[in-house]
Amino acid sequence: MQRSAIGWWLLLLPAFLLMTVFYIAPILQVLTISVTEPELGFGNYERLLTNMGVQRVIGTTLRIGLVTTVIALLLGYALAYVITLATPRAQRWWLLGVLLPLWISVLVRAFAWVTLLRRQGLVNQGLQAAGIIEAPLALVWNEFGIVIGMVHYMVPYAVLPILASMREIDPRLLAAARGLGASRRTAFLRVFLPLSAPGLVAAGVLVFIFSLGFYITPAILGGGKTLMAAEWIKLQILDIIRWGLGTMLATVMVVAILVTLGIFSRIVDLRRMFGARA
Amino acid sequence: MGGYKAGPLARIIAWATVLYLILPITIVLPVSVTDQRFLSLPEHGISFRHYANLLGSESWLNSIGQSALIAVASTVIAVVAGTLCAIGCWRIGRRSTELLRAVMLLPLIIPSIVYAIGLYRYFGRLDLLDRFLGVTLAHGVTGIPYVIITVSTALAAFDPRLEQAARGMGASLGQTLRWVILPRIFPGIASGAIFAFIHSWDELVMVLFIASRQVFTLPRKIWDGINENLDPSMAAVAVLLILFTIALLAVDGMLRSRRDP
Repeated sequence: MQRSAIGWWLLLLPAFLLMTVFYIAPILQVLTISVTEPELGFGNYERLLTNMGVQRVIGTTLRIGLVTTVIALLLGYALAYVITLATPRAQRWWLLGVLLPLWISVLVRAFAWVTLLRRQGLVNQGLQAAGIIEAPLALVWNEFGIVIGMVHYMVPYAVLPILASMREIDPRLLAAARGLGASRRTAFLRVFLPLSAPGLVAAGVLVFIFSLGFYITPAILGGGKTLMAAEWIKLQILDIIRWGLGTMLATVMVVAILVTLGIFSRIVDLRRMFGARA
Repeated sequence: MGGYKAGPLARIIAWATVLYLILPITIVLPVSVTDQRFLSLPEHGISFRHYANLLGSESWLNSIGQSALIAVASTVIAVVAGTLCAIGCWRIGRRSTELLRAVMLLPLIIPSIVYAIGLYRYFGRLDLLDRFLGVTLAHGVTGIPYVIITVSTALAAFDPRLEQAARGMGASLGQTLRWVILPRIFPGIASGAIFAFIHSWDELVMVLFIASRQVFTLPRKIWDGINENLDPSMAAVAVLLILFTIALLAVDGMLRSRRDP
């Protein structure tokens, strides 16, 4: 018995070693650099209070993150609601519509948005040809473009946790509420919405966390004009070579994410959330 | 759900959202067969020359080859490490492995930009920058969580008494794994492998930092294309990538329907 127990523990070893040496160590290095370069101490963190540039980037990131989260939740909630109430056959089609975009390369999706939204893009051409607008609209390479692309990426992540919690609701409750004289609206607001709230919170946390560290979509659709945290970090490290500042914001990002998760960990079961995705 | 139907407002939003999710992606198809030299819809007819350009270009094919190799190698790492770890955690019990399982999920939560800058410095010291091995390790390690999740899900449906029976009848740990556990959870492993593969195949952020000239993967090539010259051959790549993803997901769907009939 003793020997076999050791055997099972040995199974954990490859993953544990790989993870420690090639994942945890590089991450810890980021945290270390943020307090050792250019000099030992919390000098880099002082910039959070004094440096306008850093503050602006954090503000932009939080603002875009919040807007994205709110829109993704609204769309995702309606979608999950309709999926929950659909027939099993229809459910499969709806789910396909949600999961397919989830797995298509982020780059491909960003490219599609650029094709559609840029000045000479298909949307502007179409609107001009139809005589609706005279000059092309600025649809991309600004915050509007970033939000369009980010919401597009996040909606499936919003749908899955909401859907998981809606599926646990006993359908007879709605019928019962209606039978007792509640209007559709009341049955939804007083019965369904509160019961699905945990899923809504989980989805909100997930989407917000993902938006904070998002790189590719904002970088392409922002066109270098609207900087979000991830792209700013990349600039610090690769272009300006200020490791201290770059790693500082990276650390702040990780701490913010872990704290948010810690606060909501009772509601957010990550395992189940990602399990639903896979 | 018991004949209770969603109201019109919810249905309208849901339809609009699904169209918003799907339609923009499909636009790359007509653009990829345009007869023009720039990104546009076909004007006088359909032309496949952008596909011909792409498949005749050595640099594109080279990137595709590199990406495929890295994705396969990193999938092997993720599948072996992830499967063994999931089985170990499952058998040892939830309590004692709680922390380990949480740590294993970190790559899904911590933004890849943070990991990428850490790797940039870390691999510099190990002489792994711009190396096939370096990118493979990075992708492999970050692919582990996908495998752990799918395998854990498969294990949850596995009766632990089967394993105890095998051991009780004298099977060694290796034999139990090989003949009792692995065959039962194979669909979960295959699913995990598909997701780990897609993860590596599409990964860009790490590659931007830890690879430059020697290793030039497909996402990196597309990234440069989007930033430098937006031409219709980009749309052709996009179409091929979409078809490839759909094919992989179809395989996964088939495995899944075999798993839960």
